[in-house]
Amino acid sequence: MHRITEKVVLSENIVKTVFEAPEIARKRRAGQFVILMIDEKGERIPLTIVDSDPVKGTLTIIYQVVGKTTDQLAQLGPGDVIGHVLGPLGHPTDVDGIGTAVCVGGGVGIGVLYPIARALKEKGTRVISIIGARTKKMLILEEESRGVSDELHVTTDDGSYGYHGFVSDVLRDLIASGTKIDRVFAIGPVPMMRVVSNVTRPHGIRTLVSLNPIMVDGTGMCGACRVTVGGKTKFTCVDGPEFDGHEVDFGLLTSRLQMYAEQEQLARDRCRCGNHDR
Amino acid sequence: MTDKDKTEKKDGKERIPRQPMPEQDPKTRVGNFDEVPLGYTPETAILEAKRCIQCKKPGCVTGCPVDVDIPGFLQRVAEGDFLGAARKIKETNCLPAVCGRVCPQEDQCEKLCILGRKWDPVAIGRLERFVADYERQAGAVEVPETPAPTGKRIAVVGAGPAGLTIAGDLVKMGHEVTIFEALHKAGGVLIYGIPEFRLPKSIVDAEVEYLRRLGVKIVTDAAIGRLKTVDDLFAEGFHAVFLGVGAGAPVFMNIPGENFSGIYSANEYLTRSNLMKAYSFPEYDTPIARGRNVAVIGGGNVAMDSVRTALRLGAENAYIIYRRTKAEMPARAEEIHHAEEEGVQFKFLTNPIEYVGDEKGWVKRMVCQRMELGEPDESGRRRPVVIKGSEFTIDIDTVVVSVGTMANPVIPMTTPGLETNRWGYIVTKDETGETTRKGVWAGGDIVTGSATVILAMGAGRKAARAIHDYVMAM
Repeated sequence: MHRITEKVVLSENIVKTVFEAPEIARKRRAGQFVILMIDEKGERIPLTIVDSDPVKGTLTIIYQVVGKTTDQLAQLGPGDVIGHVLGPLGHPTDVDGIGTAVCVGGGVGIGVLYPIARALKEKGTRVISIIGARTKKMLILEEESRGVSDELHVTTDDGSYGYHGFVSDVLRDLIASGTKIDRVFAIGPVPMMRVVSNVTRPHGIRTLVSLNPIMVDGTGMCGACRVTVGGKTKFTCVDGPEFDGHEVDFGLLTSRLQMYAEQEQLARDRCRCGNHDR
Repeated sequence: MTDKDKTEKKDGKERIPRQPMPEQDPKTRVGNFDEVPLGYTPETAILEAKRCIQCKKPGCVTGCPVDVDIPGFLQRVAEGDFLGAARKIKETNCLPAVCGRVCPQEDQCEKLCILGRKWDPVAIGRLERFVADYERQAGAVEVPETPAPTGKRIAVVGAGPAGLTIAGDLVKMGHEVTIFEALHKAGGVLIYGIPEFRLPKSIVDAEVEYLRRLGVKIVTDAAIGRLKTVDDLFAEGFHAVFLGVGAGAPVFMNIPGENFSGIYSANEYLTRSNLMKAYSFPEYDTPIARGRNVAVIGGGNVAMDSVRTALRLGAENAYIIYRRTKAEMPARAEEIHHAEEEGVQFKFLTNPIEYVGDEKGWVKRMVCQRMELGEPDESGRRRPVVIKGSEFTIDIDTVVVSVGTMANPVIPMTTPGLETNRWGYIVTKDETGETTRKGVWAGGDIVTGSATVILAMGAGRKAARAIHDYVMAM
């Protein structure tokens, strides 16, 4: 049982939850995730660890309310419990020896990106962050991202805040202006990661994307999370979650994410808990 | 006159015949997930137990990987002392309700039953099941007294058949035992793999509860290798570690289109259905594809479990696609028989070579080749050979790949000094399962590759004695 200590609605349907998981909090490194299951009838879903506090023994997750489980999770507040949390899973991000990194985050992916940017900064990397959302109201972690970046760019699709356009546009401009980039980390919706990978590919800039496919056990047992990378099948839970964006078959990832679209809608409709608006 | 009153005659001798066990009718049972066999009544159990001739040198016991005193428990059943029979079995087997259901008795105890030479062997498995169920239903499960604590702490990694067995044995020797399990429930393959209709989960839960009452501590949601390593366990003060982590990684065939939506590993398909109870979606949150035309690739017990699950999830056509013939199928005869009764369609000498998907990336068709049997291979079975130009297609919307499993590398990767072989299985120095790493034993599928529940339990028993000797000499 993992007691929730804090819940904050960060933006329209994006929620932050902090809960107790002392052993995981001590062990976890940037880029790793947990599988959580709210109760005995629940589904097991993977969520990246955004932050951990080894002293308080807590983990922080940030998620978008997209289905029944995230909806139910967003309903839980301080004092409520999450039944099961397994982790830390996946390979930590390799943050060593990178001169300049561009961290590109879209939507709720900014939450996943933030601990990586922070870990890079702690290693002395020059961090340029580009974060974007559909509209100003949906932008998260702007101040936190600024705090771990040497340079921060903000975009909105509708122009309501910052640069009017996509994160990939800003990245393209950075490359065109001759900025020397050693590595790009791109985390966000699949179309965004695909476009960013396409932008860096002709320039040969190593680009890592963090994938969030459907998982069940999270320990390499089931293969639900398999993705095709460089023509080979990989399990995101044990081989990832980060992969070379130039090699990932994003089309396959997109279709596999849709595998249970109908059932997910049904489950959501049955227990729609409400709108999690700020 | 009822069936059980009949006697059979051979060479002028008369005997009570082996008592059949009633089962749910095939047409009814494909519509539910309830257990298929219904079990013996006390009367049938006594009648069947009386068939045992109490051999002086019982062959059955030598066929049992955990050395159950079979004539001893049969004697008690014959006398109507069912609780005494249960105690007798539990002297060496802490999971009798499970073993009575999933052991391949026809290859073990019953194969060596002397009666089987002329008549049918005593139905040892059915009686074991009866005894365990009787004890549980009577609420009479007793917890034996454990000896004074030895002060030795043992960590068991994996709450499957091997881990549960060794935990039970060690705790009964007075050691402090903690099981670490990665999933949210204890039981391993008994919980995630074997379907409800073959092994009700309430039975596994009861057996796990028995171990808890014995004093075994079970920590779920603990991924050893990630949350803590084997080194960490020693640092925490454990005196010995047993690795019973199974051969959990699924094998795919690496053929084109295998990652289309609707294609599962058997592990995923069964885990969704059994552990996550996807067959009760949306009461339970985990979904599963309810395919109309389902192809299960493979011919083992796991393939039978998968294809029978598919039928229960509403498949109109449920196929077994197997590249050899019925004679070479590794599945138990009983499982194949049950699948046949339920309407599974077997496509032998058939091998998939490609999957074709629709515009949404969902599998819609498989391309297969026909095979013929050639010369025997290393396994002694005749090798399937492709018939050139024999390609044909089958329309399907769900596929379950059940062609085996392999070792999960996480623990070996994070445990210095632990040697593995070229397939990734842990190397053991002797039959107790001692590994190349001091203080670490291993047993079950992570040593042997995919095998049976009872062999894993046998490995757990052997390691228990060795670990006991090791920690007591410390």
